Amino acid sequence: MTILVFTLALFVGALAAGLLGSLTGLGGGVVLIPLLTLVFKVDIHYAIGTSLVSVIATSSGAAAAYVREGITNIRLGMFLELATTIGAICGAWLSALVSTSFIAVLFGVILILSAAISFFKLADPVSTGQGSPLSRWLKLNSSYPTPEGEKPYLVKNVIGGFFMMNIAGIISGLLGIGSGALKVIAMDNVMRIPFKVSTTTSNFMIGVTAAASVGVYLSRGYIDPGLSMPVMLGVLLGAFLGSRILTTAKTSSLKILFALVILVLAIEMMYNGLTHKI
Amino acid sequence: MSLLRKKTTDTDLEKVIGQLLRFGVLLSSAIVIAGGMIYLWRHGREQPQFHVFKGEPEKMRMPGPLFRAILNGEGRPIIQLGLFVLIATPILRIVFSIFGYLLEKDWLYLLITLVVLAVILWNF
Repeated sequence: MTILVFTLALFVGALAAGLLGSLTGLGGGVVLIPLLTLVFKVDIHYAIGTSLVSVIATSSGAAAAYVREGITNIRLGMFLELATTIGAICGAWLSALVSTSFIAVLFGVILILSAAISFFKLADPVSTGQGSPLSRWLKLNSSYPTPEGEKPYLVKNVIGGFFMMNIAGIISGLLGIGSGALKVIAMDNVMRIPFKVSTTTSNFMIGVTAAASVGVYLSRGYIDPGLSMPVMLGVLLGAFLGSRILTTAKTSSLKILFALVILVLAIEMMYNGLTHKI
Repeated sequence: MSLLRKKTTDTDLEKVIGQLLRFGVLLSSAIVIAGGMIYLWRHGREQPQFHVFKGEPEKMRMPGPLFRAILNGEGRPIIQLGLFVLIATPILRIVFSIFGYLLEKDWLYLLITLVVLAVILWNF
């Protein structure tokens, strides 16, 4: 196989990952690393660097649209970025200390968790009362546009959410993923924010979180242009196409199918990690 | 009244941030595509060797050697430049927010944003 064929195959694979990730809301980044390591036999360090770059591309691309619609809670995002960026740097440093087998097993666990979370019922948002003193001081309570007009919401349990975000940041820096699933749990179930706000705000933070750890990966030489080029462009195009189809296509059966794909990839990652093939 | 004014500055900031993110992603994609064409033209028939980790040479990690390699007409450093632009996009977004909070005189968020920026830049 020549570089030309390899690059085209990577582009097609990344396009499919981006499209499915965007259609199902599970994110394309989460399958990129298994795709690169298991299918294309790329070294896991390169795979993590490549994934991190692609995560910045898709999250920035999507955030551009959401921010302009006024759904994203920018103050909440800025505040929680304190937690995710510090976590991301710790994660990136940790990645040099732990073995690649450990990373592979942990990756499998996070994959299964991400797929499982998307099927959970989320807690109801809170819209009455005063909110906690901390959320008032930080000006986190806000409103978002719905078909029935602007709807207010309150932010609960700021400290608990902050700690969850810190963990999400560590996972992001360690594995080179956006860890959107963990961020959504922190915001939906802990801080009780409406789903639409939490997903867009999580996406808004992913780029900055990844930018915090990418410096470490860049200086270690984990970011290869030959790999990043087709993967970044493929995922970006796939995610863009996905956002266009989203409004018309039925996605519940697709989501189950994609979750099954993730489950298989997770088991294979863990198996390879435990047998020290990665 | 003051609440209304605050809301408008917030919306303006949201618009600027949205435009910035879109522009950054498009610019970096364009550079990556250009570099990718040259890379495939020059190296397309060779064998890929990504299954072993070697680490990138200095010219892919440092801006100085990167620019010298670009002037030599190499494709891979041009792609890497595009990736640098991509990485700079969310960082620039933070810088814009700093100006926004300064205009709003929101000192608490100015401080939070400055700390986030410091944390990110500390690692480059």
